[in-house]
Order: sequence, then C-alpha cells, then structure tokens
Amino acid sequence: MGYDLTMRIWRGDQEGGGLGDYTVEVSEGEVVLDALHRVQATQAGDLAIRWNCKAGKCGSCSAEVNGRPRLLCMTRLSDFEESEIITVTPLRTFPVIRDLVTDVSYNYEKAKELPYADLGPRDADGKRRMAQIDVERGQEFRKCIECFLCQNTCHVVRDHEDNKPAFAGPRFFIRYAELDMHPLDTHDRRALAQDAAGLGMCNITKCCTEVCPEGIKITDNAIIPMKERVVDRKFDPLVWLGSKIGLRNRDDEGRSEV
Amino acid sequence: MTGNEMSAGGTGGMERHAYDVVVVGAGGAGLRAAIAAHEAGARTAIVCKSLLGKAHTVMAEGGIAAAMANRWPEDNWEVHFRDTMRGGKMLNNWRMAQLHAQEAPERVLELEDWGALFDRTDDGLISQRDFGGHKYARLAHVGDRTGLEMIRTLQQRAVQLGIDVFMELTVTELLLDRGAGDARISGAFGYWRETGRFVAFEAPSVVLATGGIGKSFKITSNSWEYTGDGHALALRAGASLINMEFVQFHPTGMVWPPSVKGLLVTESVRGDGGVLKNSEGTRFMFDYIPDYFRSETADTAEEADRWYDDKNSNRRPPELLPRDEVARAINSEIKAGRGSPHGGVFLDIASRRSPEFIRKRLPSMYHQFKELADVDITAEPMEIGPTCHYVMGGVEVDPDTELSAVPGLYAVGECAGGMHGSNRLGGNSLSDLLVFGRRAGEAAASYADGLAGSRPVVVEDDVKAAQVSALAPFEVSAGPHGGGENPYAIQGDLQQSMNDLVGIIRTAEELERSLQAIEELKARAAAMVVEGHRQYNPGWHLALDLRNMLLVSECIAKAALAREESRGGHTRDDFPGPEEEWATKNLVVTIDADGSGVDLHEQPLPEMPEVLKKHFEPASVESPAASKEGK
Repeated sequence: MGYDLTMRIWRGDQEGGGLGDYTVEVSEGEVVLDALHRVQATQAGDLAIRWNCKAGKCGSCSAEVNGRPRLLCMTRLSDFEESEIITVTPLRTFPVIRDLVTDVSYNYEKAKELPYADLGPRDADGKRRMAQIDVERGQEFRKCIECFLCQNTCHVVRDHEDNKPAFAGPRFFIRYAELDMHPLDTHDRRALAQDAAGLGMCNITKCCTEVCPEGIKITDNAIIPMKERVVDRKFDPLVWLGSKIGLRNRDDEGRSEV
Repeated sequence: MTGNEMSAGGTGGMERHAYDVVVVGAGGAGLRAAIAAHEAGARTAIVCKSLLGKAHTVMAEGGIAAAMANRWPEDNWEVHFRDTMRGGKMLNNWRMAQLHAQEAPERVLELEDWGALFDRTDDGLISQRDFGGHKYARLAHVGDRTGLEMIRTLQQRAVQLGIDVFMELTVTELLLDRGAGDARISGAFGYWRETGRFVAFEAPSVVLATGGIGKSFKITSNSWEYTGDGHALALRAGASLINMEFVQFHPTGMVWPPSVKGLLVTESVRGDGGVLKNSEGTRFMFDYIPDYFRSETADTAEEADRWYDDKNSNRRPPELLPRDEVARAINSEIKAGRGSPHGGVFLDIASRRSPEFIRKRLPSMYHQFKELADVDITAEPMEIGPTCHYVMGGVEVDPDTELSAVPGLYAVGECAGGMHGSNRLGGNSLSDLLVFGRRAGEAAASYADGLAGSRPVVVEDDVKAAQVSALAPFEVSAGPHGGGENPYAIQGDLQQSMNDLVGIIRTAEELERSLQAIEELKARAAAMVVEGHRQYNPGWHLALDLRNMLLVSECIAKAALAREESRGGHTRDDFPGPEEEWATKNLVVTIDADGSGVDLHEQPLPEMPEVLKKHFEPASVESPAASKEGK
C-alpha cells in the first residue's frame, strides 16, 4: 500500500531559498505532516517545521500545500494522486524564519491591542446565568485554534504589507464579534473595531471563511454582523437622532463604549 | 543574525533578563501560575517551548471536574475528594486531593469571569457532564473542546495583564545559588528556538509547568513537547520525583489509520452514552467490574442505561469505571482475540444517541474521525485502543505551596506528583492545573518578595557550563568520536522500547530489559550527529530533549520494577493484585551521585486526618488492598 511520494519543500531563510526535491515513502491514511516528518527523520534532520498536536487542535502547522493555506496535519495524502508532486511552502503573508516556519508575531502583537471581556458582578449566589442559545453565538468563534490561515489568506495584508499596522484581520474580528455577542459583557467596542482594528478595510471576499479549518463562518457570522452594527451606530439617522436627544439604543443597552 | 555562532565561548549573543518569577510552560498550569504571580505583584515571565496558546492543554477535551452542584445538588467537595482518592487507589496525597476538591469550583467560575463560555444547563448555569469515576455529573465543559476554551481564556487574561511571554524558548538548565546553606534557585537558562541564541533568566522563583512524558512512548496522545523537561530539570536541580511508576494509558485512542494511532478519543463519548463492544458484539465491560468498585457499578445493561437520567437509584455503567480499569479490560479483550480489525475494540455511540446529539456534544470527535479516518461516528462505531496519556508521577511538592525540595523551585500540573495517586480521574487534570497553578504562583511571588536583599545570585560559570552542554550535540558530531547516531532514530528506539517493555502490562523481566535498553540508548545519545546550525533546528532540539526523555524513562522503569504489585496505572503481570504493604508507601527517585542516573527510595504516605478518613469507612467502601481485582 505504500508508495514513493515526490515532494517539493521550500528550504531557506530570510536571506532567500528555494524548493528542494525529496522522495519519501508514504503509506495509507497518512497526512502531509507524516511525509514531512519522515523526510526530517531520514533525509533532512534540520528541516524546520512548526507543529504540536498533529490532530488539528492547536493550529501550529499552518503552511501552504500546492499554494493553498492548509494545516499540514489535516491534509491527507489521499486527497492527491499518488503520482502528483506535493509542494509545501511557508505561509506567504508572514516573514519566513526558516524552511516552513514563519514569524507569526504580527498576530500576537494584534492580540495585545484587543479589548477583553468585562462582565458585571456575579449573581447573588456567586454564579452566573446565561442561556445556551446565547452562548452558542460566541462559542462558534471560540472554536478558533489560532492557526492564522485566515490572516495569511486575507488579501488586505497578504498583498499589501503596509496595511498591517492598521488592520487586525479576520481572526481578531471574530474576537470583537464574540465579545459583542457575549450575553453578560458590558462594553461596546464598535468604534474600536471600526477605527483601531480596521474592520472597514475588509471587503467581505470570504477568503478567510474558505480556509478556516474549524469551519467558522467568519464573514457571515462575525464580520458582516459587526459591520452592520457599526453602520447602525454611525449612519442610521434614527439612531443618530436618538443619540442626540438622549434616547438609548437597545443595541448598546448596559454596555459602555471603550 | 545574532546568536547563531557555533562557539560556546564569549558573551556575544547572550541575552539576559531578570524577574521575580519565571514560569516554565504555558499550558493551563503555567498560565494560571503566571496570572497569580503577576496579580500578587511579582515581575513575572512565561517561558514556553511553543507559541502561546498551543500547549497540550488545548488537547483536553472532556471537561474540568469541579463539585459545583449545578446538575446534582447532592454533589460537594467531600464526594469529589472521595472519588479522587478512590480513583487513585488511595495513594494520592490526601491534602492535595482535598485542596483540589475544595477550590476547583471557584477556579472554574473565575474562568467564566474572564470570558470563558461554558455550555449551560436549562437554568443557565454551567453545564456538568458525566465522566469515569465521578459519582455525579461534574465536568464543566464546552462541547468536547474544553481545553481549548481554558487555554484561550487564560492566554487572553495573561495578555490583558501584560505579562511578558517568551515564546519558542526552551529551558535546558535551572541555575542554582550554592552559597550559604542549601542550594537555592537563582534562575534558568535556555535557548530561543528561532535563532538558537542563549538566554539567562535571573529569578529567585521558578515554577515548572512543563507537562508530561508521553513522548517517550510510541503510542501516545501526547505532542512532541511532552519530553519530561520539568521532571528532568527538577531532578538535576536536586528535587525528588514521586509515583513515577504510574503512567495512565487512556482506554480510548484511535487505532486507525497508523498516522493517528494513539490520538485521543475523549472519555465524553462514554460519559454521553457510548459503550464498548468486542468483535462478537458483546458489551464486555460487565465482565471486568473489580470488587473494589462492584458496589457502585451497574451489573446489567438496563440499570446502566437508566443511570444517565437517575443517578440515585441506579449505579454507574462499567464503561465509566476509572481509566486504568477500562484500559486493562480493553487490553485483555484484544489479547483474547476479540479485537476489531485494526487491533482495537469498538466504541459505539452511533446506535445509542441521535446524530444531532452526537454532533452537538462531540463536535471535535465527529470532525476528527471524519477528517482523519473517514468514519462517521453518528453512523458507525469507532475503533479504539489504549494510548499513553498522562503520568501521575512528578515532582514531589508541598501540597499547599507546590514548593519542591529546592528553595525557589515550584512544580504544577502534570509535571508535579502526588495529587492523583496511582491513577487520575478524567476531568481532574484541568482542575488540578487551575487549583495548584494559582497556589504555586502566589507562593512563588511571596517567596521572591520576602527575599529583599538576599536574592540568590546567578553563577557565571554555571551559565558557561550550560552553554557548553547545550552545544555538545554539535561538538560531538565534529569531535573525535565522529558521531554517527541520528537523534530521530534514538527517539524512535526509545519509544518502541518503552511501549513494548514498560507499557500497560509489565513484568520484572521486561522492565529489567528496558533499563538495559535505556543504558544502551544513553551511550548512543552521547554520539549523536546534529546536522546544520542553531537556527530553528529540530534535530538539535530533539537531541537536547532526548536527555530528559532518557532520564525520565529510567525513573519510570526503575520505579515500576520496584513496585511489586498492581495498582492504578501500574499493572504487573507477575504481581497481579494490589498488596497491603504497598498501600502505604510512595516510591521516590532522586538523581544519583554522578548525575547520570537515578536512585530509588521508599517513603511512607502522609497520614490522612481522622475527619477525612470517615469518607472511606469499610461500611461503604472496601479497602483497596483487601480486594484482589478480577481479570
């Protein structure tokens, strides 16, 4: 059942590099990461790969397989013809460190700029109450494994390096949406999302949703609702008038702007 | 590029930092410790081998055990304490088990304060699910991705607090001040994976939160990081490890395809109604109920099925016995020739729950089997078998502060020992991380704060020695020995040997062979070749990790050989039952005189106070040693 797979693996560092050819024996049920590990163990001991759980749960082994952003551990060899050459390259949006490992610190820097949950006091018995149906909206976004494939594929930063300082990216738009939909959170972050995080730069091409290994509907369930809420607040004439004459909008009831 | 030069000499490229508390490891325990230390006012750093948020805690699926009584008002810390002690066959440190049961509920509620979104009960409270060995539904959960929720919540909290994080930095040595009196911690030494550049931390408190040792076994649910770093660092610094013979083999790991062999299948499948069947279609767990748990385990399928809705007049299904019992039973069925086509047994939830229920409660499992094995778990049974999952043994610590035998050195989570005795109950690890993470963080901060002018000093010669030691794998390949050994091959051989000889069922003869094998592997490891240079070089990283893996493997094999009985996560074919004389003592290992191996001693268990002993009166419970377990 085993066969010889031909792989092209990008080797190099920030100074430059190129694709190297490797032939490695693989067997039924294996994934691209298995093949790379075998190359590493038998042919190239110093081949740099970032990985942890090998189960699609930690989001470490993000790379591009035949040009598509994928988790290496969840890309099965059976998705390819046995004779097909599999090309593995590092994520294109982030600076390469070595071989398949990139510097993803952009994402950790953006995480530091994010607002956090701020819940009111607990109930009298020391517990909190929320309905399952309400927490499920936020839970969808908390499935995110931070593989950063959405960040990598988003053309706002993939094709325009200079947008990075002003753009948090899809991973963090879902964090804004999650907090905005949290049943007990007390902050209103719409202005922050629009201004500081650059929500307005997203033009909803849904590339992020397509590459999400967790199947999170990033565009439909997070970005578009956030954009609508921002628009409601900024441009709806009735809401605007209401705010001028001191009427409260139900939308931000109990929440204070940060 | 700095730090890439091969020479160990000179100070060029060396990076230095000073903190009050350095936490090594950024899983649940490390993050919780860092948050506590920071909140106590300590200058705190988190140092982790991987990116932040990727630690093995993300793999935890089922839930966090805490007697919050949201589903069963009868539940309280005393019941949880009793379940934990009995699950560990009474070998647990009673004080740790007590603190754990008492403090877990508040630690869970705290996560909710920080933004965690747990599944809810109909009343809107945090939902709690059934798990093996727990009398009541007790595990706070988020579908079957509870660990991800926990690590993300703690990660976001740590970032919010502005705690410094050193990602992809591996600690290779602890630094000691051997001045007046006992040696004290003065810091830690490590390298950036990205550049290979060295870093010295000056810190009076170091909290080890490095997780387990599972990567020393071939079939494991553990990731590459689980190389026993904290265990080995503590040993080399002079601390002791206890209970190292107890390794938990989780009953349900994937067995097919080979690429994912060992990958965890959550216990929640059974907690939510799944049953185990052999190739003849028999629900075999009814044949493996040990006397010790007979009074609380259902002996008919009808009673077992009624239990899910009515816990007070029915007993628990045998599929929800503690993990050691279930893993042994599966092992016996496979050995008896009643296994599944790929050498496991069947775990069936498809015939027992609706597809909607399964997808809702077990989304990750549905995804995992669909994507990796082409199996639809809502329509067909899974094939599963035991997989190395968790080490009960770890650094011996003070139960209240998690302080080891070395002043300034703390250990929490899987790399600490005592809490779980001979076998850990599912769900008790996530709560363990939170309860003792917080305690260690506070104690570490308080110790550092109390030092004032007498902070321990980093000895420069030790820093130099640590550099030489870290670079040794490069020197060997260039040196007169000529090298020739591939670290990946040594690791593979160690994993095979531990799996075959120190696995789920052990014998004296095999354990002796394993110790011999470890000695041979140590000799081979001294002649490893590392290709390339220091920048993000996994071959080099593995060469350094292997030292820890070999040392910790020796601890396990030595302790396993000494304990001539079967108990919890230690099963001896040549001593099949528990023995009274072993019921009252722990095995302790320390580094030997020349630092190349370990010494073993026996130590009496701490005496439980009378007020707690009443939970284990013979009227309700048999003594563990009195019952010879069946099968």
